[in-house]
Amino acid sequence: MTQHTHAKSEVFKPSGQIQFGVFFQGVNSGTIWKAPESGSQTDFESFRRIAQTAERGLFAAFFLGEGLRLREHLGRPHALDVAGRPDAQTMLAALASVTKNIGLVATQNTTYNDPADLAHRLASLDLISGGRAAWNIVTTDNAWTGANFRRGGYLDHADRYKHAEAFVETAKRIWDSWETADGPARRVLHEGQHYTVDVTPRLPRSAQYRPVLFQAGDSPEGRNFAARQADVIFSAHPKFDDAVEFRKDLVERSLAAGRGANAVQIMPASEFILAATAEEAAEKKEWVRSLQIGPQQAVAYLEQFWGRELSAYDPDGPLPEIDPVVEETSETRGSGFHGAKARQLADQWRAEAKDKGLSIRQFVTSKTARIDSTFTGSYTAVADQLAEYARVGAVDGFNISPWLIPTGLDDIVNHLVPELQERGVYPTEYRGSTLRENLGLETPVRSADEAAEAVRA
Amino acid sequence: MSTSSWPGFLAIELDGAGWVGADIARAVLAAESAGFHAATFTDAPAPGRANALQRAAFAGPVSRTIALVPEVDTVYTEPFHISTQLASLDYVSGGRAGWIVTAAESPEAAAAVGRSSATGAALGQEAAASIEVSRRLWDSWEDDAVIRDVATGRYIDVDKLHYVDFETPAGFAGAGYSVKGPSIIPRPLQGQLPVLAVASLIGDGLVPADAVDAVLVSAPTAELLAAEVRDVRARLGASVAVVAELDVVLDSLGQAAASRRESFDGGRAAYAGTAAGLTDFLADLLKEADGVRLHPASLFVDLEELGRLVLPELRRRGALRPVVQDGAFRDLLGLPRPVSRYASATASAGK
Repeated sequence: MTQHTHAKSEVFKPSGQIQFGVFFQGVNSGTIWKAPESGSQTDFESFRRIAQTAERGLFAAFFLGEGLRLREHLGRPHALDVAGRPDAQTMLAALASVTKNIGLVATQNTTYNDPADLAHRLASLDLISGGRAAWNIVTTDNAWTGANFRRGGYLDHADRYKHAEAFVETAKRIWDSWETADGPARRVLHEGQHYTVDVTPRLPRSAQYRPVLFQAGDSPEGRNFAARQADVIFSAHPKFDDAVEFRKDLVERSLAAGRGANAVQIMPASEFILAATAEEAAEKKEWVRSLQIGPQQAVAYLEQFWGRELSAYDPDGPLPEIDPVVEETSETRGSGFHGAKARQLADQWRAEAKDKGLSIRQFVTSKTARIDSTFTGSYTAVADQLAEYARVGAVDGFNISPWLIPTGLDDIVNHLVPELQERGVYPTEYRGSTLRENLGLETPVRSADEAAEAVRA
Repeated sequence: MSTSSWPGFLAIELDGAGWVGADIARAVLAAESAGFHAATFTDAPAPGRANALQRAAFAGPVSRTIALVPEVDTVYTEPFHISTQLASLDYVSGGRAGWIVTAAESPEAAAAVGRSSATGAALGQEAAASIEVSRRLWDSWEDDAVIRDVATGRYIDVDKLHYVDFETPAGFAGAGYSVKGPSIIPRPLQGQLPVLAVASLIGDGLVPADAVDAVLVSAPTAELLAAEVRDVRARLGASVAVVAELDVVLDSLGQAAASRRESFDGGRAAYAGTAAGLTDFLADLLKEADGVRLHPASLFVDLEELGRLVLPELRRRGALRPVVQDGAFRDLLGLPRPVSRYASATASAGK
């Protein structure tokens, strides 16, 4: 790897392009399982079909989440939504053999993995796939999740980003450790508050240098973390004005972190409901929503916040007049939700539903559907909309959650992608064979300082 | 598994194929077309060796008959992750996955994850605990737990999911731990993946014999191997398949085997010589062992000779079990698909 310094731009320059990723979610209410065409959530063929369709549509990346503990509802596993998913890296290694260009993104947490082990496995995936691996960094800290792991819940919520950053820095040093493609490796040492690492890494750098780093935190702390460490941020801001604002904020944070204005790319989570005409798309949306939030899911959603069974209530009737059970926070009732707030929230929701004349089902649909992140319309209208994002550089792409497995990308690849290509805002071929090349990211520079650090630390 | 082991199966260790996907696929397909029943993937730490489970996973979609069996350590890994990863390997290979349990005895492996080094009986205890966690988690979704019942809006029948509530036993040498469950992935295609381990990990206070489906047996020389197989079988009983370990280097392309011998790592019985000699040796050995795992000195060189000269002759002599397209690894070992251990408790389950 030749050493050279990239010019850091102080001013953000839109690329004029957007790219797509696909997020095969595996656990959520957004994936419809009740339609006749709903396929398996675990068979390899479902994953192959989605990944190969995405590759036909020149998608940059295929994402998988990470399962650490099965979701629960009122103290038992949640029954109503799709659940049960494979290990991300195992599945991505398998998909590497049936795809050529698409990036393979594994969500992996920094709390219930060891840095040396995780860095080695990600390096393996990166080499096996010819430089297409990425790591979507997440932090998890609760004891409820920890119940499946050796150390249990050991990390304070407040410490999670500090811990995650030390973890990521250690991983980067492991990926940087080989002097040349043939070795030798420098030993990597880290002595942290929660773990120590002393390892002589086993693998060289890949065709893309090291795995691409994705991150999804949205708090100020999370954004700063991304600005310092990530290549791509998987944001929660797909709405146009919101996206523009988020870009501005992230550019400022990137510059403050000493990186270029274009150093961190943005790909918001999104959902597409498309058809030949606006009317058909609107009808399709009704159908999609009715299957995403069925009557049982609507009641169960309220039960999470009420902390009690509400099956006696009519999903097509008003919100329950009964009050929530007030108890200490339960991690299974939704993050950030505290018992003391339950009564207040219930009052607020009842008032809101009454004002708008919404039934339980209508109300829950309004709360849970991806209102902000759904693009609904004709292929041409949505293409025009996305072209505007590309023109101003509001985002670098969209990470699409298909609502149907395994055919949920067909519409997008067959109809939306050609429209975008005609408008000159979407790739017409893969730029290269690595994810880093295809995203247009700069290759990391292995500085003499970093190398020295690996030894000194 | 009966003690009558004839005909047997052949496995091959694919170390040496490297980390490039195309090379891994080439090695697995060469082994598959040569007629091997199983491919194994070592994970012993070595420069340039990529994660074994991922190499096996890459091979899953490109192969059809060969069982894919990675080594996975149990001492410095998370049992919950291992269980999910192995179950996932079973899905991507269509039910052809197995697991060679290892217990790293290595201060370096301990230092890499900041733990103190385990030795002696502690290794067997870590392995036993990890196997038990995986086996419970693999059973924690009953086979028909995903019901997709539109009328009631239930994707899952919660009565068919089970908390495993594993706790390391009293007197556990390492840091004790617990695993709650259920698994994050439905039951593997095979129900339970076949579990293999070296015979030295099996015993009182270590891994119980009934926790594994097959053991790997070594001897200092090829001459001693058959006797060692008999001894282990006598010790462990008929329920565990016995797989003999053999280093192999064949005369190839005018180069005598002896000149390539130095690549052996030692400590394992070795055969060096002609293909015909190896064929006779394996035909005899397979009368004692259920299977033999070959460790070729030079993967692609020896693999070609094995596929051309040795396996066809063994098959002609009736020494090898048939290879079955899309067959499960359990079928090869003669293991029926087990019912989940939690299935009988369904009436009162999920509580």
